[in-house]
Amino acid sequence: MNILDVKNLSVTFNTPDGDVHAVNDVSFTLAEGKTLAIVGESGSGKSQSAFAIMGLLPKNGHAGGSVKYMGDEILNISEAAINKYRANEIAMIFQDPMTSLNPYMRISNQLTEVLVHHKGMSKREALVESIKMLDAVQIPEAASRVHMYPHEFSGGMRQRVMIAMSLLCGPKLLIADEPTTALDVTVQAEIMDLLIDLQEDFGMAIILITHDMGIVAGTCEDTLVMFGGNVMEYRPTLDLFDNPQHPYTKGLLEAVPRLDRDVETLSTVSYDFLEGGKS
Amino acid sequence: MNTETVIKGRSLWSDARRRFFQNKAAVAGVIALTCIVLISFIGPYFAVWSFEEIDWDTMGSAATLGKPSFASGHFFGTDDLGRDLYSRVLQGTRVSLKVGIIGAGIAVIVGTVYGTVAGYVGGSTDQIMMRIVDVLMSIPFMFVLILLLVIFGRSETMIFIGIGMFAWLDMSRIVRGQTLTLKNKEFVEAARATGVSTPTIIRRHIVPNLLGIVAIYATLLVPAMILTESFISFLGLGVQEPKTSWGALISEGAGTIRYDTEWQLLFPLAFFVITLFSFFFIGDGLRDALDPKDR
Amino acid sequence: MSEPILSVRNMKVWFDVRDDAAGGIFPKTKKLKAVDGVSFDLMPGETLGIVGESGCGKSTLARSIIRLVKATSGEAIWMGRDLLTMSDSDMLTVRKDIQMIFQDPLASLNPRMTCGEIIAEPLKTHSKGMGKAERREKVSAMLEKVGMDPSHINRYPHEFSGGQCQRIGIARALITNPKLIICDEPVSALDVSVQAQVVNLLMALQKELGISLLFIAHDLSVVKHISDRIMVLYFGNVVEIGTSKQVIEAPQHAYTQKLIASIPIPDPRKEMARREVRRAKRAAK
Repeated sequence: MNILDVKNLSVTFNTPDGDVHAVNDVSFTLAEGKTLAIVGESGSGKSQSAFAIMGLLPKNGHAGGSVKYMGDEILNISEAAINKYRANEIAMIFQDPMTSLNPYMRISNQLTEVLVHHKGMSKREALVESIKMLDAVQIPEAASRVHMYPHEFSGGMRQRVMIAMSLLCGPKLLIADEPTTALDVTVQAEIMDLLIDLQEDFGMAIILITHDMGIVAGTCEDTLVMFGGNVMEYRPTLDLFDNPQHPYTKGLLEAVPRLDRDVETLSTVSYDFLEGGKS
Repeated sequence: MNTETVIKGRSLWSDARRRFFQNKAAVAGVIALTCIVLISFIGPYFAVWSFEEIDWDTMGSAATLGKPSFASGHFFGTDDLGRDLYSRVLQGTRVSLKVGIIGAGIAVIVGTVYGTVAGYVGGSTDQIMMRIVDVLMSIPFMFVLILLLVIFGRSETMIFIGIGMFAWLDMSRIVRGQTLTLKNKEFVEAARATGVSTPTIIRRHIVPNLLGIVAIYATLLVPAMILTESFISFLGLGVQEPKTSWGALISEGAGTIRYDTEWQLLFPLAFFVITLFSFFFIGDGLRDALDPKDR
Repeated sequence: MSEPILSVRNMKVWFDVRDDAAGGIFPKTKKLKAVDGVSFDLMPGETLGIVGESGCGKSTLARSIIRLVKATSGEAIWMGRDLLTMSDSDMLTVRKDIQMIFQDPLASLNPRMTCGEIIAEPLKTHSKGMGKAERREKVSAMLEKVGMDPSHINRYPHEFSGGQCQRIGIARALITNPKLIICDEPVSALDVSVQAQVVNLLMALQKELGISLLFIAHDLSVVKHISDRIMVLYFGNVVEIGTSKQVIEAPQHAYTQKLIASIPIPDPRKEMARREVRRAKRAAK
């Protein structure tokens, strides 16, 4: 069974200068335990698609189409209804972990709060569970560090805490929005490896939103390339890299300088496909 | 060079102007304020009585004979001494606006220069300059102002000096804070890297980027100045009779309200309230228009 | 081999920072060694890439050379003279020859100035006698050179895209015909497709004008593409310096090796294999 079925998803923003169509007609499916990458540059609508799925669009945004989680429609349902899915079924992590961590609360309180609230655990059980989870995301000396404040952790460690927090309730789907963009490359590799290991341990599906083709290559079964709110290409990752069909995907792959390749000049993305009508 | 096809840029100011004029309350404020200014300057040409002339007929019986009427030429009625309230309100408006605008002007100029220099130069200069501001701020300003007026006598100049001495303090703090933020922006660094001199950096890069916040704060300062002057006048220490101002007029009107001469309070009060609200709406509109988050 | 255009010798930049751990009533300070004894040579027309993670001191190093940050000790010999000890007026003449490009394309342009005024600023500073018409002529020519439409000369920065803003930044840096341009993360804020355009532009201009570049970035792939030599910084120290080929293909220092192993390669098969290698390494620990 597919864990997520997205059909003709669209996102429109009402702005003073008229309606802006941020996402048009996006469709994809995600099977349990699989990984999908949504790749695109800024303004491609990749993050807005994720926000729409989670019901997190700002007030002036409207989503259309259909999003089915395990067969149940979750798009445009009431706040109370979607709250049941958040954390328990679908979790999300962001580029900047500080936006989701309260700087004035100890990590222990923030983690146990989730468990007490969603799972009805006692404070003591919740703390044991939290430390277990911090261990799982490979935070050294988790038992003593659990009582620290967010600012006492480095950027990479904070992102680990964020991942631990999102996994506490055992979600079946994790949406990661540029989870490593703010981190150094060495830390990025560690976090990505961790995510893949956790996926194997916990058996969850992941939607990875990123602009980096290199990260996509190492982690995802399927890839969906977006540009200007539209899907350019949606295929298995191996296939896409071996044999990119859309000129935009080709351009994107060629434009990145690579460690394993020498070129005189980088080729640039050609936008000729825009003139030839809708792609 | 193809000067004939040069595209005209859309500056942040023109963007802000467009947003400002979309704000109905702010536009209403501008219109109301313009009307008040126009009336205060053109109005006297239609007055039958001057502001210091005493209408001996109505004197002493303001409640009955001094009512607002076109027939007697006292459009707003008379005050208790039989002077034409219409002329007096217009005269008071000119004085109050003058105090407000000149007071705010001094605050803006002194505060901006002081704050930018302290913020940009930094280090011990900044420390010394800002500690001076702290010391001045701790002086009870209204008390000093009253003392000045008592010692040196009541005059407009004295009010300007008194208000000007203190009004720039807040401004300098705000400007200093902004300058500290701007100083670390990359475009300032770029200018330093290429060797632009410090005075030029302040003039070309810092001050133009401060003007937004200064403009907002200035529109809030004008009513603050007007309020201060009104308070002083309300205490009876403001401008010298027969000249008057809103505070003095309101004070007189409030004092005689028991004798059925409510217009003596209502007319100056209406001018006062409309002006203050206009300034607040304009300030609000400016803030929305210049707010970078909205960009 | 020719003489280096710039030799940095034992450059140190230490900052006093508050020591929160020390305790006591009065705040104690400790030394933060942002740059701790860096030496390198830069040849005319050469591109030296400087890589390292955030906080490794790469930006501070660049800024200390042109005295935007005060160096604690060391020398920066520019064509035979030490930049760090020369007088301000001498330094002003040198600034004409050393220009800088910044990371955030929009933040590096004054929002209240037109694109033309921004590019003309170094000319106003260094060629005071130049007439208005001549200056405008030069700015227009420079706009064309960086691939922009000269008719946009009166537009403001917010009317341009990130890539165009960076081109304006490059035009500003080139207008005084400098001999060295310090590029501080010039492409890291840009989208991939735009990044390629800006990198190509920089390389083409360098070839044409024979400028030296100090290219600072955290992205080793970009640095490798643009640089003749690469210097790897780690906590304020040089851990490795060599030709791009040497550093990438045969990294000597453990940090460089880790850095290279961490950079994702857009090739699923290679990337999966590399992850397995990393996993095996972790398991071995």
